This record gives sequence, structure tokens and C-alpha cells, in this order.
Amino acid sequence: MTEPVLILGARSDIARATAHVFAAKGYPIQLAARNVASLEADKADLETRYGVTVTLHEFDAVAIEDHSHFVDNLPELPQIAVTAVGFMGDHDESMRHPLAAARVLRANFEGPALILGELSERFAARKYGTLVGISSVAGDRGRATNYIYGSAKAGFTAFLSGLRNRLAKENVHVVTVLPGFVNTSMTEGMDLPGKLTAEPEELGEAIYKAVEKSRNIIYVRPIWWLVMMIIRNIPEAIFKKMSI
Amino acid sequence: MKISGWGNFEAQEARVTAPKDEAALSAALSKGQAIARGNGRSYGDSAISKRNTVSMLGFNKMIGFDPETGILEAEAGVLLSDVIDSFLPRGWFPLVTPGTRLITLGGAIASDVHGKNHHVDGSFRASVEWIDLVGADGALVRCSRDADPELFHYTIGGMGLTGIILRCAIRLRPVRSGWIRQITHAAKDLKAAMTCFEDNLDRPYSVAWIDCAAKGERLGRSLVMLGDHANPGELPARYHTDPLNVPKRTKRTFPFHLPNFVLNPFSVRAFNYLYYWKGALTPKDRIVDWDSYFFPLDAIRHWNKLYGKRGFLQFQCALPLDKAEAGLTKILEATAETGQASFLCVLKRFGPGAGPMSFPMEGYTLAMDFPNTEATGDLLPRLDAITLEHSGRFYLTKDARLPASIAHQSDPRMEEFATWRRARGLDQFASSQSERLIL
Ligand SMILES: Cc1cc2nc3c(=O)[nH]c(=O)nc-3n(C[C@H](O)[C@H](O)[C@H](O)COP(=O)(O)OP(=O)(O)OC[C@H]3O[C@@H](n4cnc5c(N)ncnc54)[C@H](O)[C@@H]3O)c2cc1C
Ligand SMILES: NC(=O)c1ccc[n+]([C@@H]2O[C@H](COP(=O)([O-])OP(=O)(O)OC[C@H]3O[C@@H](n4cnc5c(N)ncnc54)[C@H](OP(=O)(O)O)[C@@H]3O)[C@@H](O)[C@H]2O)c1
Repeated sequence: MTEPVLILGARSDIARATAHVFAAKGYPIQLAARNVASLEADKADLETRYGVTVTLHEFDAVAIEDHSHFVDNLPELPQIAVTAVGFMGDHDESMRHPLAAARVLRANFEGPALILGELSERFAARKYGTLVGISSVAGDRGRATNYIYGSAKAGFTAFLSGLRNRLAKENVHVVTVLPGFVNTSMTEGMDLPGKLTAEPEELGEAIYKAVEKSRNIIYVRPIWWLVMMIIRNIPEAIFKKMSI
Repeated sequence: MKISGWGNFEAQEARVTAPKDEAALSAALSKGQAIARGNGRSYGDSAISKRNTVSMLGFNKMIGFDPETGILEAEAGVLLSDVIDSFLPRGWFPLVTPGTRLITLGGAIASDVHGKNHHVDGSFRASVEWIDLVGADGALVRCSRDADPELFHYTIGGMGLTGIILRCAIRLRPVRSGWIRQITHAAKDLKAAMTCFEDNLDRPYSVAWIDCAAKGERLGRSLVMLGDHANPGELPARYHTDPLNVPKRTKRTFPFHLPNFVLNPFSVRAFNYLYYWKGALTPKDRIVDWDSYFFPLDAIRHWNKLYGKRGFLQFQCALPLDKAEAGLTKILEATAETGQASFLCVLKRFGPGAGPMSFPMEGYTLAMDFPNTEATGDLLPRLDAITLEHSGRFYLTKDARLPASIAHQSDPRMEEFATWRRARGLDQFASSQSERLIL
């Protein structure tokens, strides 16, 4: 029997696309999200299309006190866990209201990092498994227009890197996914450059491949690796005067 | 935004919304006049409303499948290609498939599409169990052969004019392999091709490609292709163990519009000549994969751009059995005479028709693509007239230009349909085509 893939933040478009790719390969799927009952139609769709079993699990990433209970209650410990949990918020509001900023920090860093941390204990004890964290290129360098979201992603990226380092000897693998722009509900209405913008399906495929090949860090689309290398290497003296 | 049908003929400025849930769909319908749009594979203006085109591609979930009965429940925006991808590996195939798999279930029902097996299995209608339809008042009704049968039968073939199809249940057929055993007969003229069809009425699939540049004695020269689902035992050894698993073809895309001069009568004649002789000379009996057999054109995405920016038109008529040979002869003569050779020219044998608005009638159907040129503009009215003289009718899902008078003369059912729609208060559903044809 193939062990399932757990998808956290399953209502996200990227998460749904990822669930489709793994289900198409025959993996049973555990969908975890807030208000998870709204995913009944997705469950039926995945089960009908791919003939796999799909289960639904209520999950709030920022309810950290419930994390351990949440994992205990899964019908089966997954072999792969992917978190797409994230929240961009409104940057102006985040700058003005600390509580709004805290929501962004928690949803992008604390919540996703600590649930993967929780899972990592069980995976390490079992001596296998793959953890996938969807972070963002926004975490590669803080910018005036989104540094609150960006710094939370930076924290998450660093957490994933440390987790990978720690778990390497436990036969547990960690994949860091760094998307650039993705055409999802998070970016709906924004005017995104076509060549740099990925569809959620591309993310799903890329994540599946990264898991198969035990890749460490992937940029989607790959051109973002180059874009971010340039951005990271602009001297701070110049960077601070730029508006990008 | 500007949208057109697959023929890229006369794009229209239209308001398009793409609801993702039922609430958003109701909101879209509350704006008044509306028409549903599937994957835009109809050739003309059937799926365009300038005021309110409602894309159904967001409703793309499957709901359930019963392996006892082969019945699949799904939302209307699910593509036929998704159905095949999911169910062929499990031994199921759609009962009816048109020449492209890139159409939605809603579109398949609204046009009541036919395949190469119409003479045996009928049209898509035969596979439809029930339809969930959102009507003019925004209310959802489930219709079937038992529940509001009139609405059910008009919706199949009703070109979106009875409401928005939201969900449906269709019956799939069990198959033992993903391969088709194909036998090609080279027919020297139209009569030979028709004889071949009549002699093979028990064959599940049949279709003929006509070289419509051929004239005189060779008029109607064609390749008649007969097919049947291959048994696993007939397959090459390497496919024996997993006969339902067919390696994927690589896709090519046709990314840009070709200049209009590329497809000229000369290049089409040369292509037809080569294609005919290639077909006539290759082995008659072959095993081909389902994708190449049913959907050869899908191998090149956006092949419609081949015809340049002005787009192209398809002429498709059905002629009753007793007048088919005479009518087809005249149509092919008129076409060959103008030198307006088409390189997609397809002939099929229809079995008995069914349903109050569906296109098929017992007889023959001929489909031809033409570039949008002046010569085509002159030819098409002549073909319309020949069709009328031979008691034929026109396929609305291919039409982009028919005058209302001709449509109504060819098919008195249109008037009945229009009257019925008014009586049922369904006038809210209207496309550019239904306005042009007064439906
Ligand atoms: C290469 C090619 C080959 C083809 N071969 C064949 C063939 O062999 N046989 C055949 O029969 N047809 C054939 N067709 C035509 C095609 O199958 C039909 O036009 C089909 O209806 C297209 O489906 P669609 O989803 O693209 O619908 P659209 O083109 O978007 O719409 C077609 C019609 O369906 C209605 N509709 C779509 N969705 C809904 C819905 N949810 N609710 C209500 N109404 C809806 C629209 O209002 C419109 O009237 C072919 C087309 C192409 C491009
Ligand atoms: N779209 C882009 O351009 C882009 C670029 C780079 C990185 N990313 C990252 O990709 C991931 C997926 O994003 P997306 O684009 O698919 O956008 P999305 O649809 O907004 O997905 C984010 C998901 O996170 C969930 N979520 C937020 N807070 C949560 C919490 N406390 N507990 C549980 N779930 C929570 C949301 O759930 P609800 O539905 O319940 O709100 C939502 O489904 C995110 O981490 C995002 O930061 C996106």
C-alpha cells in the first residue's frame, strides 16, 4: 500500500494542483485546511479522477497548541507532507497595525514552520519521509513594498534549511519551494509578467519532481533563480535607494 | 474582450465572466441575456454573447463514477480529454467522441456531437443520463428521460439556448484496449466510397477523407477508414500486458497565424494528392492508438492558426439517404469547380436521427473547411442552395454565417424550437448565432 501525501492549506490553488499531480500518480491524499468541509467536491473529484482515497482534516496552522493533536488524529502518518499555508495580507495595513503584521508573520512563518517541525519528529523516528515547504522568492531579500510578508518567508526558508540539515542523517528529506509569481487567488487582479508567472499546475509538477529526485531548493519558474541571484547581489548601498 | 469560435472568423467584442461557484454563476445570470461557453471549439458564434458570455471552464470537477453501470457524474466544464485520461486506464471510453477531445461535456451535450460511430451508437445523447440545468430564473432543475423530458431532449442539441448545463451524468462504454484496429480502403470515386460505407454498416467506426480537389471521373475519390477497438491479443507483444496504457503522443503547438497565402488552392491540391496516395499505398490493416485514430488534429494544438488571421469557415450539412449521392455529387462538383479545395473534407454515414433539435438524420454528412476568402464567400451560398434542394440541414455548431431564412427553410424544427423557448420563458439565453438565426 502506498502511504498518503498530506497537503496542508489544501484550499490554495497551488495545493489543489499539487494534490492532483500526486493523486494522478496513485498516492492517497489527506487534505488539511481551515473550513475543510468546503473541500468535499475536491475530494470527490480527486477520488473519481484517479481512483485514490482522499480524507479531509480540519487544520489551522496558527493554532500551534493543536498541532500535535492534529498529527495524532491523522488516520495514518503520511510519507510526504506539503504545506502551502500562506497569507499575503495588505502591506500598508501590516505597516500600520502590528496585529495585522503579526497575522502575516504567523501565517507564513510560525504556523507552517512549526507544523513541519511537529511532523519532522515523527518522520525522524520512523526514519523516512519528505517534507515540502512552499516559501517564496519574497524571502530572498526584503523590499519596501512587502518586507513583512517577505521576512516571514525568509524565516520559513531558513527554518527549512536548518530542518534539512538536521534531518539529513535521519533519512528524512526537506524540499524548499521558492515560487516567483503564480497565477492564483492570492495574486488575482494583479498585473503579472507572463514569462515570469507560473500556473499552479506547473508548481504541482515541479513539487512532484523535486520530491522524486530529492531536490533541496527549487525555484519555479527556474528563471527566478537568476533573477533572485542578481537581486541578492545588488550592494545594499544601491539597493536601499531602488524602488523594486 | 474579443472572442471568436474555433474558426477565428469575425471576432466579437464580448463581456466574458468565468464564475467558479454556483453563487457566482447566479450572479452572472442575474445580468440578463446570457450564453454558456465551453472550450470554444464550435466554429462560429454559437458560444458568444456580446452582453454576457459565461465561461463554464471553472466548473471542472468530477463528482462520482459507478463501475457497475459505467455512469460518470461530472460538472459541465470537465473536458472529454480528462474523462479519457482518467477512465481509459480503467477500461472505459466515452460512447461518442467528436474529432477533437478538447471539448467540454456541456459543449458535447449542447451540440449533441456525433462521432465515427453514429450509424451504430447514435449521437452523444445516447450516453446522457441526466442534466442539471440552471434556468432563466436561476433555479436549478434536474431533467432526464423521465423528469421534464421535453427540457431534457431540447437541451441535448439545443446549443445552450435552454439554460446553463451545470452537471451531467454520462454513461461510458467498457473497452479492452486503448488501440484501434483500422482498415483503410481507397475508394476511386464517391460511389465507391458510399458503397464501402453501406457494405460496412456493422463496423463500429467509419469515416472517409475526401480529396475534394479531385474532379471528373475521380470526383469524391477518398480514403474510407473503418475501425474497431482492438482486442489485447491483436496488439504488438510489448502492449499485451497493459493494453489500456497507451504511450502519450508528443504535442506540437502552432503558435502563430500563418500568412494567408500559405494555404492556397495549389498547396491544398498538392497535399490532398500526396495524402491520398500515401493512404492508398500504406498497409490497409493497421493497429493505431486511440489518440491518433480519433483525434489526429489534436496532435497540433491551435492548428486553426494555419488559416491566418482572417480565419476559416466550416461547411457541414447532412443529407437524407435517398438524396445523398445526388447532393454530395453537386456539392463536390461546385467545390472542385471554384478551385476552392479544402484539405479537411470528411464524409460520414449517419444512422437514424433522434431528438427535437439534434443535427444528425439518417443519411450522409459532409464537412469541409475553407479559408475565409472571397471565393469561399461566393461558394458557400451555392452549397447552401444545393443542400436545400436535397432536403438537407446544417450543423449549427459549425456555422458562422448562415442567413436565418435558409436555416429555417432547411429545418422547420427551428421555428418550433423558437416557439417552445418563448413559451418556457427561456429567451434570456441567446447567442450571437441565435440572434442571427432567430431561434
Ligand atoms: C477539430 C474539430 C473537430 C470536430 N469534430 C466534430 C465531430 O466529429 N463531430 C461533432 O459533432 N462535432 C465536431 N466538432 C465540433 C465540436 O465538437 C462542438 O462544437 C462542441 O460543441 C464544442 O464543445 P465546446 O466545449 O468547445 O463548446 P463551445 O464551442 O464553447 O460551445 C458550443 C455550444 O455549446 C454550448 N455550451 C457549451 N457549454 C455549455 C454549458 N455548460 N451549458 C449550456 N450550453 C453550453 C454553447 O452555448 C454553444 O452553443 C469538432 C470541432 C473541432 C474544432
Ligand atoms: N501566488 C503567488 O504568486 C505566490 C508566490 C510565491 C509564494 N506563494 C506561496 O504559495 C503558497 C500558496 O499560495 P497560493 O498562491 O495558492 O494562494 P492562496 O490560495 O491564498 O493560498 C494560501 C492558503 O493558505 C491558507 N492559510 C492561510 N492561513 C492559514 C492558517 N492559519 N491555517 C491553515 N491554512 C491557512 C489559506 O487558507 P484559506 O483558504 O482558509 O484562507 C489558503 O488556502 C503560499 O504559501 C504563498 O505564500 C505564492
